[in-house]
Amino acid sequence: MMKNYEIRLSGSGGQGLILAGIILARAAVIDKRRVTQTQSYGPESRGGSSRADVIISDQEIYFPEATNFDCLLALTQEACDKYLFDLRDTGVLIIDTTYVKNLALAAENTYEVPFTDIAIEKLGSPISTNILSLAFLVKITGIVKEASLKQSIAESVKPAFVEINHKAMQIGFDLAAKYGK
Amino acid sequence: MNKKTTKAKTTKIEPAEKQPTKLEELQEKRERKMVLMQGNEAVAFGALDAGCNFFAGYPITPSTEIAEILALELPKRGGVFVQMEDEIASISAITGASLAGAKALTATSGPGFSLMQEGIGYAKITETPCVVVNVQRVGPSTGMPTSCAQGDMQQARWGSHGDSPAIVLYPDSVKECYELTIRAINLSEKYRTCVILLLDEVLGHMREAVRLPDMANVRVISRIKPTVPPHWYKHYDENQKYLSPLASFGEGYRYNVTGLTHDQLGFPTNKATEAADMMERLRKKITYNIRDLVQIESYKMEDAKIAIFAAGIVARAAKAAVSMARQEGIPVGLLRPLTIWPFPDDAVRKMLRDVDVVVVPELNQGQLVREIQRLVKDRSDSKLIKIQRVNGKLISPTEILRKMKEGM
Amino acid sequence: MANIPQRVIHDWLRHDKKFPHVWCAGCSNGIVLGSIIRALAGMDIQRDDIVMVSGIGCSSRMPVYVDFNTLHTLHGRAIAYATGVKLHKPHLKVIVITGDGDCTAIGGNHLIHAARRNIDLTVILINNNMYGMTGGQCSPTTPHDAIATTAPYGNIEPDFNICDLAMGAGASFVARTTAFHTQETQNMVREAIEHPGFSLIEVISACPVIFGRLNKKGGAPQMMKEMRDNSVPLAAADKLPPEKLEGKIVRGILRKEIRPEFCAQYADLSKRVQAMGGEK
Repeated sequence: MMKNYEIRLSGSGGQGLILAGIILARAAVIDKRRVTQTQSYGPESRGGSSRADVIISDQEIYFPEATNFDCLLALTQEACDKYLFDLRDTGVLIIDTTYVKNLALAAENTYEVPFTDIAIEKLGSPISTNILSLAFLVKITGIVKEASLKQSIAESVKPAFVEINHKAMQIGFDLAAKYGK
Repeated sequence: MNKKTTKAKTTKIEPAEKQPTKLEELQEKRERKMVLMQGNEAVAFGALDAGCNFFAGYPITPSTEIAEILALELPKRGGVFVQMEDEIASISAITGASLAGAKALTATSGPGFSLMQEGIGYAKITETPCVVVNVQRVGPSTGMPTSCAQGDMQQARWGSHGDSPAIVLYPDSVKECYELTIRAINLSEKYRTCVILLLDEVLGHMREAVRLPDMANVRVISRIKPTVPPHWYKHYDENQKYLSPLASFGEGYRYNVTGLTHDQLGFPTNKATEAADMMERLRKKITYNIRDLVQIESYKMEDAKIAIFAAGIVARAAKAAVSMARQEGIPVGLLRPLTIWPFPDDAVRKMLRDVDVVVVPELNQGQLVREIQRLVKDRSDSKLIKIQRVNGKLISPTEILRKMKEGM
Repeated sequence: MANIPQRVIHDWLRHDKKFPHVWCAGCSNGIVLGSIIRALAGMDIQRDDIVMVSGIGCSSRMPVYVDFNTLHTLHGRAIAYATGVKLHKPHLKVIVITGDGDCTAIGGNHLIHAARRNIDLTVILINNNMYGMTGGQCSPTTPHDAIATTAPYGNIEPDFNICDLAMGAGASFVARTTAFHTQETQNMVREAIEHPGFSLIEVISACPVIFGRLNKKGGAPQMMKEMRDNSVPLAAADKLPPEKLEGKIVRGILRKEIRPEFCAQYADLSKRVQAMGGEK
């Protein structure tokens, strides 16, 4: 039986992190795992800081907020600076180097990828950065099945956007295969 | 004459592109598989399963999802969804609808809950069933609309002027949001009063995997209808532990309803005996039925020497703290009220007898702990550890554990 | 006009229950109640299907005395409660009895939004130009310069024109009359109840004991005469130059038009959504 696996997805409002959190949580449900997903955001729907926490477990999850992350995804410098020190020693750090330029701490498992630049280059828009980086995270950590993520995306975004998001997902998977050790 | 306002408007239901997705998603959740669901969604589905067929509300963060889902669902099943001009109108409309026979609910948050207080008092004095869901946010005033607090616990008890009964339920999980919404509607119908469901902001927005029970396993209670002929009907009859039948408007029982102090027929009165009778009736309705109303979860309390008393999301942190402490060999338990009003006096008294230390963590400046202090005052040897916070952040399990150890 | 026997009012009251009433001698409220009952008695409506809703104030005590489904609510909120009743059971005839303070001060928001929705309520607003029950405080219809206990040196605020307000908000039936014109009130009430949409009748009334005394209007008969002499039917008013209309009460049906009613619209929407193939 695995203990709680705590993931924090962080960045700024409008980057789609809460949706990414919901998609990850839904994929965990497809895997028949226990899951909680919470979020924190300012009153504004764009800008400001935003984060989504997903806790995945095989036992009952009591406290739903991630406090000691097994994995941190940071899409902005601010988010990275704010949450980096709550990452476990063995935790996985994934940062978007398009926006995160300075790392205050060298974690052991750090992945530095220019997600936003890649999304713009390969998909013509930064809009799917959330899915691209989430897929990267899933492939690196193996926390949910890749097929479950694919199904969860299809169930969570508007029908017109399933294809582009699946494409972003595949780019994320491919990148992870390249970066992965 | 203003031509613009008098021109007939035609409304077309051309579903927006996103609508089918949402409808399909909702449909899937109705199929009672294991699905990811938000606390506010669970409230909406609980309301529907309990037979709620009338919602009037005003949008407010962080409760709005409840209104949005019911706006999609109620018209499909012949129920009414109406967005009113403010929260005062919302509580008024659900009370009116209830008197016409509806199972009616509204949902709001801090500022809206404050506006509703007068109408809540009206529903209580007129003994009209209805449910108010308050997804609490940080106050006072506009406060922090998207952040979590438990600052309305005492307001839910005493918010409306005058002495009045209060039934207030407090879930701690998405599944319990569903269950306690059904219970809130059931209790409102049974006790003919306004029942309040308090949610924490985090719970309203939190998602968990839940499976809704089959409808066959959902127990639904509806108000008792009178069987006597209209001229024998007393709107406030005092039989059956004050749980008296309720006729709806349009059923031939032409009774009067007033917010003034009234007699058993519902007519205004200034007579001291009748006024006293009415007040006693409101009080006894709760005190005579306290066992039916109070629900409490007792977690690892059997051998506990330390008890944590907490509700809602804070109780979840407390449960984690209990597990952590138990691993260190500290005998800690958790007592969690699912009904915060009427307050579970008996269970708390027992807890105070059994343990040496009580820890009360809460996201306010001391609203639950007041009640513990009310019951503890003759036991000066009991240690009380208070953990209080109002800054939009949650109290974490490690924090409870640390403060508990410090105070031991 | 149906022939209404004299006993009719007696039959529609809750005689055995809560009388005597609270209204002062010379008050217009009882006269207006008479007109309402005569109008209803001449219509083919069951009392079981009538819901009379009111707020707080002298006129709002009316529902207590009549043998309908009656709902005496909070100050200003009658229309909001009535909206709930009507939406859940649209076949009921919902009549709101309210006053100038109840409906246009504390309840002004509910008034304009019910008018905008065009929900089929019949609002009978008895306007006595101040708060009577609490002893003569200023209301939104207290005339400029009039004396009220909270305007002891004279009211410096302009007053609301209630019918203009209702029409501006979209009410589809708006009428004005006075308590003196009992037959006209009766006819208007009938027409308003039959009208499928939001209707409002402003009945100018006399409060001789409070407003009359504060403003030296003489007794009830003088105030009644003033309503008779100082008011003009709409048809006549149309022919008068504006300067001659100064200070006059224009009586009549100021607006009557058909536009989509809210409950009917909601029923349509519900039907269409169900046809769209929502779940069973």
